[in-house]
Amino acid sequence: MDFSALNPVSLMVSLIIAATPILLAAVGELVVEKSGVLNLGVEGMMIIGAIAGFAISVETSNPWVGMLAAMVAGAVFASIFGFMTQFLLSNQVATGLALTLFGLGMAALLGQSYTGMKPPKVPRLDIPVLSDLPVVGPILFSHDPMIYMSIALVAGVWYFLNRSRAGLVLRAVGENHEAAHSLGYNVVMIRMGAIAFGGACAGLGGAYLSLVRVPQWTEGMTAGAGWIALAIVVFASWKPWRLILGAYLFGGVTILQLNLQALGIGISAAYLSMTPYLITIIVMVIISADRRRASMNAPASLGRIFHASH
Amino acid sequence: MKFTTTIAAAAALALGLGGSAIAQTKAGFIYVGPPTDFGWSYEHDQGRLAVEEAFGDMVETSFVASVPEGADAERVMTQMALGGVDIIFSTSFGYMDPTLNVAAKFPNVKFEHATGYKRADNVSTYSARFYEGRHVIGLIAGRMTETNTIGYIASFPIPEVVRGINAAYLAAKSVNPEVKFKVIWVYTWFDPGKEADAANALIAQGADVIMQHTDSPAAMTIAEEKGIFAFGQASDMMAFGPTARLSSIIDNWGPYYVARVQAVMDGTWESTDTWDGIASGMVEIGKFSDRIPADVQAEAQAAADAIAAGTLHPFTGPINKQDGSVWLAAGETADDGTLAGMNFYVEGVEGDLPN
Repeated sequence: MDFSALNPVSLMVSLIIAATPILLAAVGELVVEKSGVLNLGVEGMMIIGAIAGFAISVETSNPWVGMLAAMVAGAVFASIFGFMTQFLLSNQVATGLALTLFGLGMAALLGQSYTGMKPPKVPRLDIPVLSDLPVVGPILFSHDPMIYMSIALVAGVWYFLNRSRAGLVLRAVGENHEAAHSLGYNVVMIRMGAIAFGGACAGLGGAYLSLVRVPQWTEGMTAGAGWIALAIVVFASWKPWRLILGAYLFGGVTILQLNLQALGIGISAAYLSMTPYLITIIVMVIISADRRRASMNAPASLGRIFHASH
Repeated sequence: MKFTTTIAAAAALALGLGGSAIAQTKAGFIYVGPPTDFGWSYEHDQGRLAVEEAFGDMVETSFVASVPEGADAERVMTQMALGGVDIIFSTSFGYMDPTLNVAAKFPNVKFEHATGYKRADNVSTYSARFYEGRHVIGLIAGRMTETNTIGYIASFPIPEVVRGINAAYLAAKSVNPEVKFKVIWVYTWFDPGKEADAANALIAQGADVIMQHTDSPAAMTIAEEKGIFAFGQASDMMAFGPTARLSSIIDNWGPYYVARVQAVMDGTWESTDTWDGIASGMVEIGKFSDRIPADVQAEAQAAADAIAAGTLHPFTGPINKQDGSVWLAAGETADDGTLAGMNFYVEGVEGDLPN
């Protein structure tokens, strides 16, 4: 077996590109779940972001405006879920699933005239000297800015949740919404904010998919990425930094198995292609093996409906 | 989305039931992907539109898109049959058993299943000899590659796909003895993200021509971005790779669909097994790119013409199987039965065929 054909640098670069949409969506969902809301509509919000980002980028010839539009679209779309679950007190699981189905259908409708179009290119960062360094240059210093933003976002969310007062309040709402309410915090508005943030992140992840990873719009192009993002939040046991580990691990195994196949390694392709999912399941089993610790990490009010009149 | 389109189609069927007074023939279609995939499902939908065009008010068509292979397909086809359609085109290999199950329950409805091999009194099968197209683009790929490495994005290890790999490989090898194929199985017909990743992996490992047997134009987009060559699959895909696209294999289902709906109208429909190729126009070779040298274009065109004329068979011996055993002796051509069930690589293709 000639492993020299495997180029670790290009492996790393494709890994990061494959992982970023999932990471973006997952970091948003983490904040939503920390506030005690389970939004299963990630897939729907992602695809809405994918088409909004694509369409606006094409219309304005500016990918950054497109990404911004994707965030706005994702946030607005998520707010539908927020309104239903926070004000009309609908079931979160059912509403989230409905949001996914609605999003996929609506994106297909909106995107009809955009199939086959070419989006403006997202420029890569080219830092003099640093980008030209061998190995580290391409791996660390010559990505598109979105990759750095996704890492910065994780850092920001970590700081917000663990070091800021607002984050403490958000976590309090997620752990015990009645206690937070009795202290005078507006549970519903805090959750609406978190839901909108989650939608914006998912929308951005979707736009990354349609503008960078596969630069094109195709109906149903998220193909399950939103569900992987949901799994990765649990995988990370609601800790922001572990999201990076989870997303890169999943992306890494996906890319590695494709490369090993191209290399003609003597393992059946069927096994190789199931490895990303298998590893996700195995790690989840390991994480949840200690029941008490796993349930301690999950926000205590996750998925529970809050009604202020109690 | 599949649920919403299903509901929409069911509603359309229900409305159709109560609507017209004239005797209309109703044709239902189910697609594995969206009709806007600009690949496999798109071409089937073009076939549906050709039926509408040909018969106008005499026919009413409906479709349900993005139906997963398996139990969902059975449910969708049952709904269609209950809704009063006369003929159902189920357009993916994985709909095979669901089609037969539903057909057994509705003996008066005619079924047309694409790319399968199981038939019944009211179930016909039809497919195109895509391997003829693969032969032509294989020739071009073998001539155009500079790294002698051709990347192949494969979906599922079914005979249809294996046949394509073998045909393309043999053709490429015949004009370029140094050529190597790298095959990646993605286990999906439609996942643009994964198809793009696979294309990137192949390019990173030296492939400078990409062929695909999946449905989205993602690989074409990546080929364009990376400045290598690729071929349109199922549909022309020119828009996605104006410079990368060398040619394409286009599925042209329209004439067949029109003929079959006509047969239902005339009451002459019978269960048949159709397997047409370049000769009948069911397989079309897309326009050659200007980047292909004139002599290579002429060579590819000559091969296409010879296949159409019946003087060239892409699987003509001597051909050995991957394990070195003799498959076809010199001058012998493969019979349709073996081709239809092809589950082995020919000699020279590297890697194990998943089963």
